[in-house]
Amino acid sequence: MRKRATGTVVDPTPFRVRLALRDLDGVTLLALPAVLFVVTLFIYPFAYGFVLSFQPKAGNWLANYTKFFSDPFLYDTIGATFRLAIPATLINVLVSVPVALRVRRMRYRRLLTAILVIPITLGTVLVAEGLLIYLGPQGWFNRVLFIIGLGKIRLVHNYTGVMLSLILSGFPFTFLLTLSYLTGIDPSLEHAASTLGAKARARFVHVLMPLLAQGLAINLCLSFVQTFSVFPSAVLLGAPAGDTRVISIAAYQAAYEQYDSSMASAIAMIMGFCQLVVVVLILSGRSLAYRGAVSGGKG
Amino acid sequence: MAIAARDFRELRLESMSRTFGSINALKGVTLNVQRGEFIALLGPSGCGKSTALNCLAGLLTLSGGSIWLDATRIDRLAPEVRGFGMVFQNYALFPHMSVRRNIGFGLSMQGVPNDKISRKVDEALSIVRLGDQGDKLPGQLSGGQQQRVAIARAIVIEPPLVLMDEPLSNLDAKLRLEMRAEIRRIHELIGSATIYVTHDQGEALSLADRIVVMRAGEVRQVGTPEELYLRPAHADVAEFMGYRNQLRVRATRADKLVNVNVGGVSLPATPVDGVDEGEVIAAIRPDDLAVSATGSIASTVESAQYHGHSFYCSGRTDDGTELYFQSDRRVSKGEIVRLTADPDRVLVYSRATA
Repeated sequence: MRKRATGTVVDPTPFRVRLALRDLDGVTLLALPAVLFVVTLFIYPFAYGFVLSFQPKAGNWLANYTKFFSDPFLYDTIGATFRLAIPATLINVLVSVPVALRVRRMRYRRLLTAILVIPITLGTVLVAEGLLIYLGPQGWFNRVLFIIGLGKIRLVHNYTGVMLSLILSGFPFTFLLTLSYLTGIDPSLEHAASTLGAKARARFVHVLMPLLAQGLAINLCLSFVQTFSVFPSAVLLGAPAGDTRVISIAAYQAAYEQYDSSMASAIAMIMGFCQLVVVVLILSGRSLAYRGAVSGGKG
Repeated sequence: MAIAARDFRELRLESMSRTFGSINALKGVTLNVQRGEFIALLGPSGCGKSTALNCLAGLLTLSGGSIWLDATRIDRLAPEVRGFGMVFQNYALFPHMSVRRNIGFGLSMQGVPNDKISRKVDEALSIVRLGDQGDKLPGQLSGGQQQRVAIARAIVIEPPLVLMDEPLSNLDAKLRLEMRAEIRRIHELIGSATIYVTHDQGEALSLADRIVVMRAGEVRQVGTPEELYLRPAHADVAEFMGYRNQLRVRATRADKLVNVNVGGVSLPATPVDGVDEGEVIAAIRPDDLAVSATGSIASTVESAQYHGHSFYCSGRTDDGTELYFQSDRRVSKGEIVRLTADPDRVLVYSRATA
C-alpha cells in the first residue's frame, strides 16, 4: 500500500484480484442458473403469495388472518396438523437411530437400503392407495384378524391411517439420512471407547449420540417439514372433514372450492410460519450440541 | 500418585490365527511377552501385524488359538473388559470432548470418583508434557499434540499392556524422531508391556527390546534389534531389514565361510541358514558394500545420491549384476569403482525360503 500526499491509502491490488480473494470470479457465474431458479420458483411466488394474503376479497388488509383465527373450523387445522406431524416426525427419527445402528454392520446393507427406498420412489399416493386396500375393512389385514377371531379394527379413514402412511413413507427418508450420518462417524472412535472400558450403552451415550446430534437435528427439521405439509394421505386415508383435517386441506379448499386465492395464500403463510417456528426451535437446540468434525484426528 | 502399569508376569499368544473369508490374515502366531518389554511388530503392509494388534485389543475375534494373561484366558473377553490401552494410527480422539475429558474417559468408565480422575489426568498430562492444553478440543491441537493426548488417554488407565498401531505414521520426520524418544521414555516410566506395530525398520530398531518380523500372516523371526540387523534368519527378512542387494549367485564351500561369485569375482561370505553351496542368495546392505581402492569387485556407477555423510550409489558389474553400495567420496556416472565387503557382512541364504 502506498500513501498519497493527501493522506488517503491506495490499495494497488486490482479490483478483479480483490474480488477473487473474496471467492468471486468467473466460476461464480455458474451459480447464476441456480440463483435464477430459486428467485423465479421460490422467492417470487413466496413474495407474491405474501402480498396477496393481505389483499382479501372483502374487509381490511388483515381480514384473511382475522377470519382464520376466529373460525375454529380453520384454526383447528393447525392443531390437527401438529398432532400428526410431531408424533410422526419423532417416531420416524427416533426409530431410525437403533435401526441404522444395527443395519450399518449388516452384510446386505445395500439390498436392505434399496428395499427401503422403494416407498420413496413410489410416492405417497400409491402408498396411501395400497394401505387403503390392505388395511381397509375388506383388506387382508382385517380378514386375517377376523379369521383368527380378533374381530375387525378400523385402521383407515381416521388418524391411525394417516399416521401409518406418514411413517411408511417418511421412515425410509429419515433412516437413510441417519444411516449416512452414522456411517460418517469414524469407527475408530467407538473402538477407542471400547478399549477404554465403555460398554455398548456408554459408547452410544458418550460418543455416538453427541456426534450424531447435529445430523438428527437436520433430520428432524426435514422430516417435520415433510410431514407438516401432508396432503394426499390425509385426504385418502384420513377423515378430511374430521380429525385429520390438516392445514393443507384448508388451503386447498380456500383455493379450489371457494376460489379465494387470497385466503389460500394467507393459510399458506400461516403454515409456513408454523414450520419456521419449529425449525428455528430445533436448530437453536442444536447450537447447544457439539458441531464440528466427526473423525478422531488426522486421516 | 504415579501412573504405573497393572502387574502381570507374562502375556502369551498361542497359535493365534484369524481369517477374513478365505484369506488367512494371521496364521498361527505364537509369542511370549514379559512385563516391561517393548515389542515391535514389524512387516510390510498386509503382513497381518495390525490384525494381530486388533486381536490382542479384542476388536477382532480369533479364528483359532488363544491369548493368555498369566493364567487367565482373555481372547474371548470383550475389549472393554481387557483393560489394555490402545493408541490408534489416526489417534481416534473424541472430537467433542476436551483434552481432559478425553484422557479421563477410561477412568470415568471405571467409575473412579471425579477428584481422583482429575488428579490422574493432571499426572498423565504432565507425563506427556501437555500441562496447559487440557481445556482445548482435539481439533485445536497439532498432530504431535494429538498424539500425546492419545498416549496419555491410553496410559492413564494403568494398563498392563499398551498397544500402538503405527502411531507415528501421520507425523513429520522431525516430530517422529522426537515422539520416538517420548514413547520409549513413557514406556519405561509406567513399566507396562508395549506392543508397537510399524512398517518402519528404523522405528522398530530404535524402540524395541525385541522385534517380531511378520510376513504374509506368519512370524518370520523374533529377535533383538542387533540380531535382526546383523543376522536376519531368512532372505526375505534380510530384504526387509535393508539388505537391498539380493544377489542370486553360486556358492562354493571354503573353510568356515563360503565363497560367492559376484560379478565374476569370488567373495568370501557367511552362511546363515546352513546352506553353503550351490545356487544361493547373497544379501548385502548397501552400507556394507563400500568403494575402496583395494576392492575386488569392479562396478560401473549408474547413479549416486548424496546422503550427507556418504553417497548411496547403484552400479553394474561387467556381467550385468546390479549392485547398491556406498561411497565416502563423490563418484560420477560411468566411473568404474572397486567395491569391497567384510565377509561377516555378506550373508548367504538358501533360495527355498525366499
